Amino acid sequence: MGRYLIRRTLFMVLVLWIISILTFLIFMKLPPGDPARRLAGKATNEQILAQIRENLGLNKPLPVQYARFAKGLIPWPGMWLNENVYYSWSNRVAVKDEIRKRLPVTAVLTLGAAFLWLLMGIPIGIISAVKRRSLADRAGMVFALIGVSAPTFWLGLVFLFIFYYKLGWAPAPGFEIRAPLWQEVRDGKFTLAWITLAITSAAFYVRIVRGNMLETLSEDYIRTARAKGLSERRVTYKHALRASLTPVVTILGLDIAGLLGGAVITETVFELPGLGAYAIERLNALDFPPVMGVTIVAAVFIVVANLIVDIIYASLDPRVRFT
Amino acid sequence: MPEPLLEVKDLRVHFPTDDGLVKAVDGVSFSIQPGETLGIVGESGSGKSVSSLTVMGLVTRKQADITGEVIFQGQDLLQLPVEEMRTIRGAKISMIFQDPMTSLHPYYRVGDQISEAIREHRDISKKEAFDQAVDMLDKVRISQPKQRARQYPHEFSGGMRQRAMIAMALSLNPDLLIADEPTTALDVTVQAQILDLIDKLKAEFNAAVIIITHDLGVVAEHCDNIEVMYAGKIAEYGRTDDIYYGPHHPYTWGLLNSIPHLGTETERLNPIRGLPPSLINVPPGCSFNPRCPYVFDRCVRDVPELIPEDGHHAAACHLSREDKERILHEEVLANR
Amino acid sequence: MSVEVNERQEPAASPAREPLVRIQGVKKYFPITQGILFQRHIGDVRAVDGVDLEVYPGETVGLVGETGCGKSTLARVIMRLFNPTAGQIWFEGRDISSIKGRELRDLRRDMQMVFQDPYASLNPRKTVGSIIADPFELHKTVAKDKIKGEVQQLMELVGLNPEHYNRYPHEFSGGQRQRIGVARSLALRPKLIVCDEPVSALDVSVQAQILNLLEDLQNEFNLTYLFIAHDLSVVKHVSDRVAVMYLGKIVEIADGADLYREPKHPYTEALLSAVPVADPNMARRKKQIILEGDVPSPIDPPSGCRFHPRCPKSKSLATQGGDSGGVMPMCTEQEPELREMAAKHIAACHYPVEARTIEPDPQT
Repeated sequence: MGRYLIRRTLFMVLVLWIISILTFLIFMKLPPGDPARRLAGKATNEQILAQIRENLGLNKPLPVQYARFAKGLIPWPGMWLNENVYYSWSNRVAVKDEIRKRLPVTAVLTLGAAFLWLLMGIPIGIISAVKRRSLADRAGMVFALIGVSAPTFWLGLVFLFIFYYKLGWAPAPGFEIRAPLWQEVRDGKFTLAWITLAITSAAFYVRIVRGNMLETLSEDYIRTARAKGLSERRVTYKHALRASLTPVVTILGLDIAGLLGGAVITETVFELPGLGAYAIERLNALDFPPVMGVTIVAAVFIVVANLIVDIIYASLDPRVRFT
Repeated sequence: MPEPLLEVKDLRVHFPTDDGLVKAVDGVSFSIQPGETLGIVGESGSGKSVSSLTVMGLVTRKQADITGEVIFQGQDLLQLPVEEMRTIRGAKISMIFQDPMTSLHPYYRVGDQISEAIREHRDISKKEAFDQAVDMLDKVRISQPKQRARQYPHEFSGGMRQRAMIAMALSLNPDLLIADEPTTALDVTVQAQILDLIDKLKAEFNAAVIIITHDLGVVAEHCDNIEVMYAGKIAEYGRTDDIYYGPHHPYTWGLLNSIPHLGTETERLNPIRGLPPSLINVPPGCSFNPRCPYVFDRCVRDVPELIPEDGHHAAACHLSREDKERILHEEVLANR
Repeated sequence: MSVEVNERQEPAASPAREPLVRIQGVKKYFPITQGILFQRHIGDVRAVDGVDLEVYPGETVGLVGETGCGKSTLARVIMRLFNPTAGQIWFEGRDISSIKGRELRDLRRDMQMVFQDPYASLNPRKTVGSIIADPFELHKTVAKDKIKGEVQQLMELVGLNPEHYNRYPHEFSGGQRQRIGVARSLALRPKLIVCDEPVSALDVSVQAQILNLLEDLQNEFNLTYLFIAHDLSVVKHVSDRVAVMYLGKIVEIADGADLYREPKHPYTEALLSAVPVADPNMARRKKQIILEGDVPSPIDPPSGCRFHPRCPKSKSLATQGGDSGGVMPMCTEQEPELREMAAKHIAACHYPVEARTIEPDPQT
């Protein structure tokens, strides 16, 4: 087990490093225009531009510039996303601080939606599988189809239109961040966002759960369970569901991790000041350090989640061994 | 003649499918006495598994059209409500299946799976049920049963898993054990162990056993009576010696002639020509007629009845008794 | 009946002929690795652990054994589908142990294989005609416009309707699919065909058809077969000589009839006893030998004779000698060599079997 963890950790470091290089190259090499000129604004001259370049290190060779950012990847106090490098080129705000402020928003959004989509997806998936080809099954599949096909932004805007604009049941979207967020939650700022995100995600889970259940229900050990005289309920839940949900845990972990890195579309539509909205906003301003910072944080979430779900999977399925 | 333990009367199981009605079992009647070992022999598509699954209630009216009677200890199982059938299934009639590698739940410990079966039918504590499970593992000759009970199925070998299945099936002292191809997926030396185990436990637990298989050797060695099935019907039924030394059905002759015998120098096998029939478009009259070397006009018109010649031996074939005896002696036995 | 038996045994009898295939000291190990970043080699699955065998032209050699004995792996090594870890393979006197590339491809024309699973060994997306035509197209032995004719001829040869040329595998039954596999293997008129459990997945009545087909083809095309199966009665029926494998090694080789009448190795004896006999009287007279335990893993084979932990003979001899519960010491210390126990009958055992397993039926 120890060997396994060491190996996984080494791979994680490798992956993060590669992501950082790619992110750096994409951002520094691709966008047109001169960052210094953009930041300087209208009234500028060569002297100011040179000063900006000096401050931001833009006059140094690319590898050197990268190295400065790379130092901010080391998870050590003082080095991790350090303010000397990771500050917004527009307003000098430390990236670390912004992330710290915004992460809770994204977290509330993600976890709330996750709770809802599991609540919706799993039971519908089970019913669809157990009552195959019935009306309930077909309804479930239609729901899944809609959820999968409807773009998040469209669904979100439709909900906003109906429930905020027309019916006035939902509050005006957007708010200033302050911790804790209870008031915002109580005000219902997250509610529509939760529902939107949950519906689109639940659809996937309905299909996954249904597929897994159907497959599991045709396994030999289910026949054995019935042959023992167990009740259909016991067979469905204790035997079939248990085996079907294991892969779902894996997917769930990765979904949540992915969203924690920034549920960009949902946050934008509902004007939630989370990580995703932050990253997009800064990207549009061609403000590199925050983009790098959020990307790395998101990558860390996913990579760590990967490891965690693998461990959880192994704890659920006794056949899996750590090699 | 004592009361039979199980009596199946004119059982028909038809599955409606998109391609048509699959007549998996089409008029099967047989009985089994307490303590008897019955062998049901047939190839794929003969209906041997489906008949037993229907007896167990594992094929339901939601899946197929089922008619006929299955009388077990005085009750018609086909008429029983689902809940009552559940009390019988696993406790009075148990079943073990072909592939032990996939028949146990991979996530639960073996001992727990056995005690789950026990606790479903008996009101005892978890600990007591687990102890009984350990006891059963010991009875099926698994060494270190206490430790093994705490292990997961993937830690058992194929032979051990089949033993664990047998332990689970016998844990509630059933009156009837149905073994559906119990050794097909196992190595031959392990096969011998398992069949030997079933023989010994059958005596100890005083159970009747039905062995379903395609292996004529297995039924020859372990069964008192044999039923040969073809295309959803019983072709021939009788005591083991009758079937091997005095068979009266062309299909049985064909089967016996097509297997290589270890003890004899057979130069050439005599396979049955043609292929097993579709269960949707069963040939009219006797379903074996397209492949039968002795077919005559009546065979294509009338379905032959399973008429007992003496109390215990019956063959569903239109050939006269004299013809059957003649062919038996001139062709079948002479070729051995 | 006995006249026919003699006729068939003749091709294998003459010692002056050269073997078609000869293998010596062949081993095939599959490495087991472990490690953090760089995988360290910590052990091997010794699937085949030192096998010598000769197969003469025109004969059928049966290879029989249970799970983990290495018979399938051995077959694949002979076919050069695997590279041997050690040892040599000669085909028609030529050393083919390490040939590669063009040479290896040309060798394939002479050696073909029929596989076990008729459902998995045919590409479901190709028509039957295309499947059987594959060898012709790969080896370019037949002109393009003549291929269809050849394929249809092959189909007829194996008992298939040539008009079904354009059908797909799923439209055929298991037995018919196996015939397709046989046709494919026959396309290039190979000298050796390795049949790896060709009838195990088929119904009894269909098995017989395929076995008869294989026999007919052997006579017509003078084929040599290496026939692998776990069903001893099938193997004995088709083979001239039978080799019994256990845990990566051959433990006994003899003519089929001799092996059955007078097995020398306790494992062979147990194997024969375990085969269910479709004859109740014979079954009752049979000596019952039930082996204990399961087949051990080829990763860590037992010391000395690999069979010693389960050997009933070794155990009973030890008990007679006063050590109940143990086995004879030589069996744990020294691995027995294959040596000649009777005419054309070799076995590897320190204490070979003397008595018969099955009493002959006085009526036959």
